Amino acid sequence: MCVREKQKKIISQLRRDIFHLEGFRPESESKSLRLGLGVLEDAFPYGVFPTAALHEFLCEQDEDAAACSGFLSILLGLLMQNQKPCIWISSFPMVFPPALKIFGIRPDRIIFVRLHRDRDILWAMEEALKCNGLAAVVAELRELSFSQSRRLQLAVEHSRVTGFVLRRDVKKINTTACVARWRISPQPSLLEDGLPGVGFPQWQVDLLKVKNGQPDSWNMAWTPEGFVFDRQEKTGEFPWKNRESIQTGS
Amino acid sequence: MQKRYLSVWFKFLLPNHLAVSRPELKESPLVITVQERGRQLVKYCNAPALLQGIRLGMTVADAKALIPAIILEGYREGSEQLVLKELGEWCIRFSPIVAVDGTDGLLIDLTGCSHLWKGEIPYLRDLLDRLKAKGYQVRGAITDTIGSAWAIARFGKEKAIIPIREQYRFLLSLPPAALRLDILIVQRLHKLGMHRIENFIDLPCSVLRRRFGEALLLRIAQALGNANEFIEPISAPEPYTERLPCLEPIRTAKGIELAISQLLESLCIRLYGEGMGLRQAVLKCYRVDGQVVKVSIGTHKPSHHTGHLRKLLEMRIARIEPALGIELFVLEASGIEAVEVSQQAIWANSSEKDEVMVTELMDRIALRVGKNAIQRYLPQEHYWPERSVKAVSNLDEQASIPWSADRPRPTHLLACPEPIRVTAPVPDYPPILFIHKGQKHAIKKADGPERIEREWWLDTGEHRDYYTVEDDAGRRYWLFRLGHYQGQQDQWFLHGFFA
Repeated sequence: MCVREKQKKIISQLRRDIFHLEGFRPESESKSLRLGLGVLEDAFPYGVFPTAALHEFLCEQDEDAAACSGFLSILLGLLMQNQKPCIWISSFPMVFPPALKIFGIRPDRIIFVRLHRDRDILWAMEEALKCNGLAAVVAELRELSFSQSRRLQLAVEHSRVTGFVLRRDVKKINTTACVARWRISPQPSLLEDGLPGVGFPQWQVDLLKVKNGQPDSWNMAWTPEGFVFDRQEKTGEFPWKNRESIQTGS
Repeated sequence: MQKRYLSVWFKFLLPNHLAVSRPELKESPLVITVQERGRQLVKYCNAPALLQGIRLGMTVADAKALIPAIILEGYREGSEQLVLKELGEWCIRFSPIVAVDGTDGLLIDLTGCSHLWKGEIPYLRDLLDRLKAKGYQVRGAITDTIGSAWAIARFGKEKAIIPIREQYRFLLSLPPAALRLDILIVQRLHKLGMHRIENFIDLPCSVLRRRFGEALLLRIAQALGNANEFIEPISAPEPYTERLPCLEPIRTAKGIELAISQLLESLCIRLYGEGMGLRQAVLKCYRVDGQVVKVSIGTHKPSHHTGHLRKLLEMRIARIEPALGIELFVLEASGIEAVEVSQQAIWANSSEKDEVMVTELMDRIALRVGKNAIQRYLPQEHYWPERSVKAVSNLDEQASIPWSADRPRPTHLLACPEPIRVTAPVPDYPPILFIHKGQKHAIKKADGPERIEREWWLDTGEHRDYYTVEDDAGRRYWLFRLGHYQGQQDQWFLHGFFA
């Protein structure tokens, strides 16, 4: 019995260490680290968005990519509150900087790097992820193999910079070392009742894969006041249970 | 050893300097003007203008009345000093101690130098001839003291080279202004009928001091050599170059690496001491077979950080082909700038350190893929979407106007608007349907139009009427119609995607 207790203790300690390496902070220090993403953060272990980690975004069409950029800008805006700049690496930049302003970000604080070959993009991303003077690094890539993603994840663990990989036209979804895999698709905009025109952008945010967390899906809109979640659809399905199980299980 | 000084007087320094680069100004009357109390005054003029009656200090209007075809040039504050410093650096070939003297002269301490020219006469002639060949009208004088050299260069009429300890005799016939006196003292001396130095130089000190103050006595003593006077010599800029000869020719990457770190260390120590940083450097590798291999690096911000520069150079090692071996490494810093002083160690806050790290990262990326791969965007005062941002490649430039978010703008903008087919039955209403790349989009919600006029002073063409539309699947687009509504012939384009 005593041995089992001991084993359990060791396992829980190991799990905590792994979490730490993967960018998850325990509850106690996470209070201040909550980014303000609302229920979205609850899908992650300890209920905190993993900042020192690699995230993967899938987008198939141009419209998805635009939605993805929008959602990502919000995340960047939250991450860049510490006044550090961020780098956006792509082969063909489509982002229109003045539009990012409404997502709470100062577009001139983003450094855009335009590289043509995937090799160069990966190299630049790895170099950038090693530099802890940055808040976040975004790279638009087509393919990302497991070993490449592992390299990036290792760089991230060292510097605690957040990395985002935007993957366009993915032919085959392969395993990667990323902490989370997202898909953002546009949804009809959110309008106040009876008003004409196009309203606030709304997306379906799919968290397809998350390490040690519960994959989920939300409908969320971005308004000048912040996120608005469409709660009707998902009531009761938020991963509260799962989050508790992690805490009690460990 | 008796000190000997040479004073060089440039009578028309700035006009001559202008004529060096623009020879057409040599013969025509030219004045350099300065704005003073709302008037344009003549600050300097050249010899032809002086001959035709232009005087320093007269208004430009008067000068134009005298010579209608006169050429005017604006005066820039401190430009004499720059020109003189440049000339002074050149004059170091004549003597190691050269100083800028006021706004129109140079002072050279030639003690112990003239024998190399076989005497003072060939020395002076050589110097003046060379300056004249450059295009400057100059006069020079060699005497024992700075004061007398100054006086004789400007006012002397007999000899340019005064024998040792004879300056007293040659000063006597000069006007009081030759003693570098305040204009008020000169005027007072003239008023008292003392038009030449000999009138007052022998008066008792107490008398002179009472009437003209200590300054006159000091100037007399300096001219005669009874009081010391010091000059502040120009130091020649030492080139930022480091050499590393090798006993054995170097052929390995490791060897090159070691050479680079040795060169950088000594260069960076010097740069650090002078508060300078490196912007561009060239590493020249002289090979045994007589070839020279060059690699160059550049940085975004001046840096004297050895580790960073070494990393940049090491990225270039693969390009160095040692062949039979490299026998000499030369590291030349071709671009040097002052480093913004940052507080060291304990006071360094994290953001400064971060900034350095980011610029160093940018240097590495720029070195690998080229400098124009890195861009930031700043807002510009244009409504036309393509012109509303400006790409800048440096990391410091700040936005001069704030980013505006009052108009809807798409998250993704197509570099080139793509033509679409639409069904728009009602004039100036958003279309009800559009086809892009063979896919049909039925429009459910729409905003607009927002008319953006073309900036006629920049290009010609028709205006655009932009609509923000959302299709049945909830995807949002930015469409525009070129020009006014015409029914079937309308040209519609897709220009961007909203988030």
